[in-house]
Formats: sequence, C-alpha cells, structure tokens
Amino acid sequence: MSKRIDVKDLNVYYGDFLAVENVNINIEAKSVTAFIGPSGCGKSTFLRTLNRMHEVLPGARVEGEVLLDGENLYGPGVDPVTVRSHIGMVFQRPNPFPTMSIRDNVLAGVKLNNKRISKSDADDLVERSLTGANLWKEVRDRLDKPGSGLSGGQQQRLCIARAIAVSPEVILMDEPCSALDPISTLAIEDLIEELKSDYTVVIVTHNMQQAARVSDKTAFFNIAGTGKPGRLIEYADTPVIFSNPAQKATEDYVSGRFG
Amino acid sequence: MIFTVLSKGLAGLSPDFLFTSMGGMTGAVDNASAESGGPVLGGAYHGIVGTLLITLWATIISVPIGLLTAVYLVEYSNGGPLSRAITFFVDVMTGIPSIVAGLFAAAFFGLVFGPGVRTGFVAAVALSVLMIPVVVRSTEEMLKIVPNELREASYALGVRKWRTILKVVVPTAISGIASGVTLAIARVIGETAPLLVTAGFVNTINMNVFAGWMTTLPTYIYRQLMSPTSPTNTDPSTQRAWAAALLLIIMVMLLNLGARLIARIFAPKTGR
Repeated sequence: MSKRIDVKDLNVYYGDFLAVENVNINIEAKSVTAFIGPSGCGKSTFLRTLNRMHEVLPGARVEGEVLLDGENLYGPGVDPVTVRSHIGMVFQRPNPFPTMSIRDNVLAGVKLNNKRISKSDADDLVERSLTGANLWKEVRDRLDKPGSGLSGGQQQRLCIARAIAVSPEVILMDEPCSALDPISTLAIEDLIEELKSDYTVVIVTHNMQQAARVSDKTAFFNIAGTGKPGRLIEYADTPVIFSNPAQKATEDYVSGRFG
Repeated sequence: MIFTVLSKGLAGLSPDFLFTSMGGMTGAVDNASAESGGPVLGGAYHGIVGTLLITLWATIISVPIGLLTAVYLVEYSNGGPLSRAITFFVDVMTGIPSIVAGLFAAAFFGLVFGPGVRTGFVAAVALSVLMIPVVVRSTEEMLKIVPNELREASYALGVRKWRTILKVVVPTAISGIASGVTLAIARVIGETAPLLVTAGFVNTINMNVFAGWMTTLPTYIYRQLMSPTSPTNTDPSTQRAWAAALLLIIMVMLLNLGARLIARIFAPKTGR
C-alpha cells in the first residue's frame, strides 16, 4: 500500500513570492526520507505541497508535477481532498481534536467523512491503529477519555494513529518531535522505523542526529539569502550526506559550520 | 437595586400572579381589593407567555443568520470587500437604538401586510435585528480562537472544508457560541420600546405569535405604571409592576446561569 513519489520541476509560491524553486526529487516507496536545512529554507513548505496542504493558505500555489506512483497530484480534475486521504500528515505540534475522546480521535478520519463503520470494525481499527502507533498498551483502559489529557508524546503518537487509521500510502511528518522531550522523541523515532515497513515516510527535521538515525535518504535544502527562494541542494543516501557530501554547502551544514 | 426590587416585588409574587392574566381586571376590581385590604388579583401570565414566545422566535430567527454570517466571515471571506462591508454593518447594527429596530419591523410589516399590523412575530423580527449583531460578534470571536492546527489536522485527514467547519470548528467553539447566544437573549428579553410599537399591548393571553397583539413583561410593567388599571387606586398596579420586574430579573439571572451551565457542559474536556 505504500507508493513512491516523483517530483518534477516544482516551484512553490506564496502569492507572487517564489518560496521554493525547481525541486526534482524521487522518493522511494517503503523508505524514510528526511528533509534537513536551515529555518525558512522551504522544507516544510515543500512537504506541504506533497499532499496539497500548501494551497489551503490564501494565495498559495504550485507549478510543476508531483507524481504519486506516476499519477500527477496536480493534474486537472484531481480533488485535493482525495489526495489528502491518500497522503497522511503529522504536524509539528500535537493537535488531537479537543472535543473528541481518544477513540474518536483515531476514528476521526472515518467519522468526519460520515462513512459508516460497524462497531466491531471500529474497535478493530482503533486497536490496529493505536498498536501501529505504539500507544495501545498505554491507553487501552481509557479510550473514552479526552485525547487532550494525554502527555505531549502520547498526543503526537495519537496523531500518528489518527493518520494511519485512514490507511494512507504516504505519511508526511513536519518536525514531529520538535515539541517533545528526548524520551518521547525516542518513542516516535522507533515508531518511524516500524512505519517504514508499510508506508513511505517523509520527515522534516531540524535535528540532524535525528535525520541520521531514522532516514534512509536525506535531502538538504538551503536558501541563498532572505527573500530568495529555497532550493534542493543535495539528495543522497543518508550516510553519504553526513560523511561524504558532494556539495560544499551540505558539508558546512552537517558539520555545524552554519545553520 | 436588587434590594428595592426584592422588597417591593416579593409581595406581589404569588402563584396567582404567575398563572392568571389581566383578562377581566377592571378599575373596580382593584378599588375593591384596595379597600378591603384583600390580595391583589390579576397577574402577568400573558406577559410571561409573550416574553417567552417572542424571545424564542427572535432566537429562532437570529441564531442561524448570526451563526452563518460569522462562519462566512471567519472561514470563507479572507478579508475581502464583502466581509469588510458585513463587519462594518454589524458594527453599525450594534449601535442601533432599540426603538429604531422596532420602527423598522413595524414599517416593514406595515408595507407588506398593510398598516398597523402588530403581532408577536413582528416584535420577534424587531428583537432579532438587535440580537443578530451580538450573535455574529460573539460567534466570530469564538471561531477565531479555534486553533488553525485543528482545521489543518482535519484537512490532512481528507475531510472537506464545510465538514471540517461543521464537525470540528463549530463543536470546538460551541460552548462559547452557546453562552454568547444566551447573553444575546438576555440582552433583548428586557426590551420595551420596540415591543410597544410592534406587538402592542393586551390584557389577555395570546399564544399565537402570528396573529393578535401580545404583551411582554417589560411592556406590562410600563403599562401598569403609566396607566394603572384603576386611576384612583394605583397601588395594586404598582405592586404588579414590581412583581413583574422581579420576575424579569429572575428570568435574566436564570438565563445567565444557563449560559454558564451550557458553557461548562460543552467545554472541551481536559481531564485524564
């Protein structure tokens, strides 16, 4: 159920401002790809174009192609809502729905779309998704309690469970650990390792050690200066990026000389 | 103020007062009870019924309009010219003197159904003119404080925008919206002027908001004070007015308590 993503000549705009320029990248199925780079270089913006979340902001638009197993997400007649149900997303800050219980949060993708689901199927899905997010053991006794009562790390795993409950092909993670403590971060990283066997995972991170730990391939984004568009500088296997990068900028960044 | 109303109003507040109207009450009856020192007859039942029905209809009219306007302003408009115009007119409407709202409703229904049409419904329209801006304003504020992350989380699950608003945004803000609506009701329930020109005044019970004049508690108070049932013995009428005033305060207080209760019931639960 996981699919590969090929991006061709993608330009991302906020209104007239070109935020990310000319990205070409091939993301393998069933792998973890990390995007690294300094703040404001457009890696989160680029990530959001992969499930058409970018365009919910007023004035935001995209030129170029994003192919999900050969199918252009920006082709004519493609409904962004359908795209988003195939490509899940986890955000920087854990954002469970405060009005819903843990169980309802996991079922949100089903229930909010008014799909009918029998109780036993729902129970099954909740257990499967929460187990998949390594959260089942911690919350199985309090599924009817509100999701906002969990700790930050648990909330983030709840959000991951919510994302995998709609059985997407790809999971995008936008700095999923930046609001979490080291223990919770470790739990999420272990989880990413497991998710890899079923999904294509793309993760944006500020933490280079994290990128080195979890990812198979790493893409380095950089920006020439404020007001200039962000660019994909280098994309290669993670060990290559961190030990033997081809570009000077990449080497400077991963060795901590700037950023 | 509460002390004055309590001390003067408690005497007149009795089951009789709550469940009888002023039907058949004449100056002679008041004169008799004043001379004999017996209990004051007649009550405000018709006023209670009128107040509740007219406010109910005003709520039925203004809540959907106000809610949808606020949803449009916050979720769909993106600060375009139309939204700025709406915001401007809502602000203007907030400042409309209530009698003007009454005159508007009276004139509007006069144009459509012929002059002199006064029913509870006309009054409800007048009150909704006063209520809508309050509902729009409070709902708008409540929708604005719903974190954008929740909308994005919902979009990212492949949920459509209108469904996101209906199932995520509004439920998250519902406690604030509900208490805002209740406060809007409390704001219009005590209106007097617009009701005099739209609903008229009667002494008998009228349960139909679409036909016939209706009395509400504020107009009842006004009438009892300004033209007492018995011109020579005003005490019984004064007593009724105070009792009605006390009743009105109690109703507003209950509404406010209700608003708090609603806010608490609907509030997002944070407990473990």
